[in-house]
Amino acid sequence: MKAFLVALCLALLSAPAWAISDPREMLPDPAQEARAEQVGSQLRCLVCQNESIEDSGAQLAHDLRAVVRQRVAAGQTDSQILAWMVARYGSFVRLSPPLTLTTLLLWATPVLALLVGSGAALVGRRSFAPAPAPLNAAEQARLDELSRPA
Amino acid sequence: MIPELGHFALALACAFAFAQAIVGLWGAHRRDMRLMAATPGLAVGQLLALAGASLALVLASAWDDFSVVNVAENSAVAKPLLYKITGTWGNHEGSILLWGLILGICGGLVSVFGRTLPSALRARVLGVLGGTSAGFLLFCLTTSNPFWRSWPAPADGRGMNPLLQDPGLAFHPPVLYMGYVGFAVPFAFAVAALLEGRIDAAWGRWVRPWALVSWCFLTCGIAMGSWWAYYELGWGGYWFWDPVENASLMPWLTGTALVHSAIVVEKRESLKIWTVLLAIGTFSLSLSGTFLVRSGILNSVHAFANDPARGIFILGLLGLVIGGSLLLFALRAPLLRSGGVFAPVSREGGLVLNNIFLCSICAVVIVGTMYPPFADLLLGQKISVGAPFFNATVLPLAIPVFLAMAVGPLLPWKRGRLMPLVTHAWWAALAAVAVGGVCAGNMAVLPALAFGAATWLILGSFSEVIERTLLFRAPVANSVRRARGLPVAVLGAAIAHAGMGVTIAGIAGMSLSSNKIVEAKPGDQFKLGGYEFTLLSLSSEPGPNFASRVASIEVTQGGTPVAIMRPSKRNFASQNQTTSDVAIRTNFLRDLYVVLGDERDGQAVLRLHVNPLAPWIWLGALVMAAGGALSLADRRLRVGAPSRLRAGAVPA
Repeated sequence: MKAFLVALCLALLSAPAWAISDPREMLPDPAQEARAEQVGSQLRCLVCQNESIEDSGAQLAHDLRAVVRQRVAAGQTDSQILAWMVARYGSFVRLSPPLTLTTLLLWATPVLALLVGSGAALVGRRSFAPAPAPLNAAEQARLDELSRPA
Repeated sequence: MIPELGHFALALACAFAFAQAIVGLWGAHRRDMRLMAATPGLAVGQLLALAGASLALVLASAWDDFSVVNVAENSAVAKPLLYKITGTWGNHEGSILLWGLILGICGGLVSVFGRTLPSALRARVLGVLGGTSAGFLLFCLTTSNPFWRSWPAPADGRGMNPLLQDPGLAFHPPVLYMGYVGFAVPFAFAVAALLEGRIDAAWGRWVRPWALVSWCFLTCGIAMGSWWAYYELGWGGYWFWDPVENASLMPWLTGTALVHSAIVVEKRESLKIWTVLLAIGTFSLSLSGTFLVRSGILNSVHAFANDPARGIFILGLLGLVIGGSLLLFALRAPLLRSGGVFAPVSREGGLVLNNIFLCSICAVVIVGTMYPPFADLLLGQKISVGAPFFNATVLPLAIPVFLAMAVGPLLPWKRGRLMPLVTHAWWAALAAVAVGGVCAGNMAVLPALAFGAATWLILGSFSEVIERTLLFRAPVANSVRRARGLPVAVLGAAIAHAGMGVTIAGIAGMSLSSNKIVEAKPGDQFKLGGYEFTLLSLSSEPGPNFASRVASIEVTQGGTPVAIMRPSKRNFASQNQTTSDVAIRTNFLRDLYVVLGDERDGQAVLRLHVNPLAPWIWLGALVMAAGGALSLADRRLRVGAPSRLRAGAVPA
């Protein structure tokens, strides 16, 4: 199966790869078409590397685009369409993975990285920059003497 | 004959590299002056041998020697000479050789310009460079040899992927590799410093220009790649969060952090351990970037070699270089004592904040890129991580950087107050709010915010220069005199920061682009973004190694002619492959962008785009690189580097 997918991708690469090549694919209502593009850009073309169905020239992407547009025209919400796609193809189809136990680490990365970075900076500051010890009484007296106007 | 000479030169270079590593490191360890003095010669020898090997490959390709497998697989008689030459690095084997050559050039440059370095430090730096080089050349010789022959030679080659036959892409790899490989020098300095257990301001003064040069090249290289995707792929996009693009972005992010933290080492003798770690990390990411992509672990549109034997060699090499340097870091870093103390609100504090955010963005990009294969491997879960994820996570981390970088240079060293930022940059903030407000009335929230941020960044970046020259407050002659005395690095930093603002403005403009897909027959007219596009004709034209269909489209604005655009589709017979040649017309405020699609029943599919401010995306990157280059010209970097007295001048 995997070899087949790879072969399919190679075959597709040799065709000019751009998304919609037929204006008849698009919905007549520009607002609906814009929404369909928005939804489609969240969905992965399953036989390509890292391309959304809006960007891909593959036949499967073409079919999925048609499904998205049918459902947009039928008045479904974005989340309904995404849910249908995930039910059918698994989370793999979403370019932005849903937050689950397995993707927790992925989504937490920005916060974790900031926390680790700030923590390291604080620890580093403490370790290499000991606060200068306060002056003792004799030093303070000497300082006062020096800074007294002559 | 010539390929054999090239093969021999490659093997010779590999031997030189091994010798350079052993002689340099052992000599420095034993404090043997003769061994240490021999190292630069070995580095220059390696460079010459690599130059010979590269020349041999170029000649074999230019003279159509199809008995060389690499040439037969990637070239053809009909290919234009320019692409026969540049095509030598457009394939896996050739690009590894180019990588080695650039690493050799780095070693040669350290040998020539490093005469004033302490001899032990120089020997160690060259030794580390030699060791890295030896690994790559061995990889090249054993698994990716560009000089393998096959007999009988085929009559003609298989030709090159037409997508790669493009002047922009021809020079993209060398520029990008100069960036990637250039970071090997700061890496070598970091490892050498760990071996010696000592870092001082002079070390920072040596590392900063190297990091800066590499950073400039990497910036240009990434911009060229993005520009190529924009005009060659014909999708109208410029950044796809593809693993290959991410691979170049990661070292850029840490490299940017390195350039900044090296300033602190140089000026304040602080952040030493951190800077060493960044130097190691940046080169490690450069290595992983180029080579993980090739091991086939992360597949992508761009990856052109997927071979498990190579993969294992690469992983071993990466493990050795990265693991070894990190182990050394863990053992030796505690020896490096830092000097300068600073308050949280200070120039140093600002630079630490910059480093934390840049590295966090880098962590997000790494995790996002590596998560799918690891989730598959460890959890058996198939997930995708694409553009929507990166946009949602990177943007919130980048915005504080954009806001802070305009005024960060206004903070004084050691301890500062936030009030001067307000008194010196209020006018930039006011302008940003005004621009953002005007935009908000005409467009969505996000582009309006981005235009506001771009204004803030472009104007705010010059607030330090304006402050230091007392522009508009002192007499003009006085300001000019002050400007002359201004360190060039201050101006360079202002320009580089403003360049980021230009890029943000371009990205914001691009998000407002309008496009239309139409079926057209000659004579049809379409309106888009205030322009009228009229298809005049469809015709066939021959090319050097392709046949093309060309559409002529007249663009007018309210009846006034603007341009005649000629997008085409090229069919390359030798690969049975078709590419689209996008027509772009720019006036630097907007791009007109037309793609010719399939033809059916005398009608052609056209994609029309009007992209406001699109060229600013890459223009901004050029401005950033120019700022970095200007900063290199700073007198302090040249004068501050130690120079050696002639032997006679030193009293005994």
